[in-house]
Amino acid sequence: MRSKLFAGLAAALALVACTPKAAGPTLLNVSYDPTREFYEAFNADFIADYKAKTGETVTVNMSHAGSGKQARAVIDGLEADVVTLALQNDVDQIAKATQKVPADWRSKLPDNSAPYTSTIVFVVRAGNPKGIKDWGDLGQPGVAVVTPNPKTSGGARWNYLAAWAWANKQFAGDEAQIKAFVASVYKNAPVLDTGARGSTTTFAQRNIGDVLITWENEAFLTLDEFGADKFEIVYPSLSILAEPPVALVDGNADKHGVRAVAEAYLQHLYSPAGQRIAAKHYFRPVTPADADPADVARFKPIDLVTVDDLFGGWAATQAKHFDEGGVFDQIYTPAR
Amino acid sequence: MLPGFGLGLGYTVAYLSLVVLIPLAGLAFKSATLGWSEFYAIATNARVVKALQLSFGTALVAAVVNTIFGVLVAWCLVRYKFPGRRWLDAAVDLPFALPTAVAGIALATLYAPEGPFGAILEGIFGIKVGFTPLGVTIALIFVGLPFVVRTVQPVLEEIDRETEEVAATLGAGRLRTVVRVILPGLLPAILTGFALSFARGVGEYGSVIFIAGNLPYISEIAPLLIVIRLEENNYAGATAIAAIMLMISFASLFVINLLQSWSRKWFGNV
Repeated sequence: MRSKLFAGLAAALALVACTPKAAGPTLLNVSYDPTREFYEAFNADFIADYKAKTGETVTVNMSHAGSGKQARAVIDGLEADVVTLALQNDVDQIAKATQKVPADWRSKLPDNSAPYTSTIVFVVRAGNPKGIKDWGDLGQPGVAVVTPNPKTSGGARWNYLAAWAWANKQFAGDEAQIKAFVASVYKNAPVLDTGARGSTTTFAQRNIGDVLITWENEAFLTLDEFGADKFEIVYPSLSILAEPPVALVDGNADKHGVRAVAEAYLQHLYSPAGQRIAAKHYFRPVTPADADPADVARFKPIDLVTVDDLFGGWAATQAKHFDEGGVFDQIYTPAR
Repeated sequence: MLPGFGLGLGYTVAYLSLVVLIPLAGLAFKSATLGWSEFYAIATNARVVKALQLSFGTALVAAVVNTIFGVLVAWCLVRYKFPGRRWLDAAVDLPFALPTAVAGIALATLYAPEGPFGAILEGIFGIKVGFTPLGVTIALIFVGLPFVVRTVQPVLEEIDRETEEVAATLGAGRLRTVVRVILPGLLPAILTGFALSFARGVGEYGSVIFIAGNLPYISEIAPLLIVIRLEENNYAGATAIAAIMLMISFASLFVINLLQSWSRKWFGNV
């Protein structure tokens, strides 16, 4: 009996050990939720390009989930060779906890290690029945706002900061007024989904709310998915420049001996081909000249502020706004 | 000592340690990195208290509803023969088999203000279900139902119908037979079903998160607060809330166990 059990175990182990290894190098890209379609197209292009240049066939494995969850998975040992996440803070956390990413990772690649950017816009129902034009309309009574929970969603933090950035300009930096405005927006939220995609479902499929605050690329995808005749995209007067960062996880790439491929992979994001694919998937390319002009024309010019300029970087922003007891928690603390 | 006692005990302790106690010790260890004052501050934080009240309150209501209606369902399935009974019997297990997220999305779609049920409930009765604590309760009723039915059903099947006939021939009315003859035998099983349904409801995340609304102080369940603490990279804070939940759950289950042994003694059977 015992020997049979051991034989079974040994056979199972042997099976695991003998799983056929891919011939060429294998990369693991740990990414966030709304990049699925983009990286699918990008990986195919990169693999073809790399084969043409070096003759090696690369296999790229993808992992997608919420950005914060992905960062924790890497910290807990998921062996990502590259990370392509939604928030700089998430990569900072990996650097801090594991030292597998150098602390100055943002300077390793051009444009703060963000090969594509995005911003936060509104999606409203066809005809814009509530006449939503700008952030100020979101705090009005009788307007239901759909946005995910900034505590659990990276995208939601950008939404929150964009609202804050507008109010900062509107109220000339008066923090009490800014807070009151941001609070009035969240008072209008009937539900806080845990992720950006969840909010899209709530708004588009369950017909809840008058306005959805979301990523620009998610807004375009919503129109593609649910019908351009049912929804409209509204660009506010001012929004935030979201720079989803990419980084090499040195510790893991060196361990797997794939540093060269991983670096080529990230560089390819900045190449004309990479930029074109990004624009096609509704991410704003950092070099618009490389992308298809028709794709670039879809992005309306909009006044954009950065987290570095307005909020003094992500570490400070996270601590002030989103940590326990931070400004976002205060908004929800009932008055006593 | 019975033969095999040492082996049996060793096996039980080793297995329980591996599967249950070691992970729980990890939890206790992590939350112990907080001092008592910090732990106390987390436990009495208004938002944590609200979330715990919501989780335990809705789980309790759901368990009570499941106990009443689950026993009725079990009774019908055992005592009546009707076409399609086997299908219904199998359907009871579906909440077990369905991934909880799928159940959550289905319930949220049905009970959302514009959903087929939600529109009727809100339009005609003025009751909001989706994205309120009531929605949480409904999700917990859904996931908890099989626990009551499946614990009560086999016991009900075992009850000898002759005892009931004897009770009837001795002059007991139907109500008296049910209350004095059948119910005592069923009570321990009912309590077990209640406890399982309650315990499942307290920790449920997947099916609740879509219908809850997740507004702090209103419809934010304690497991979500744990996830939020994790997102803040506040592992100690997360484990502290988990430890508090565990203590309350353990205390409740302990009380239910006491009730069970008391009911056994009182009615002197099963």
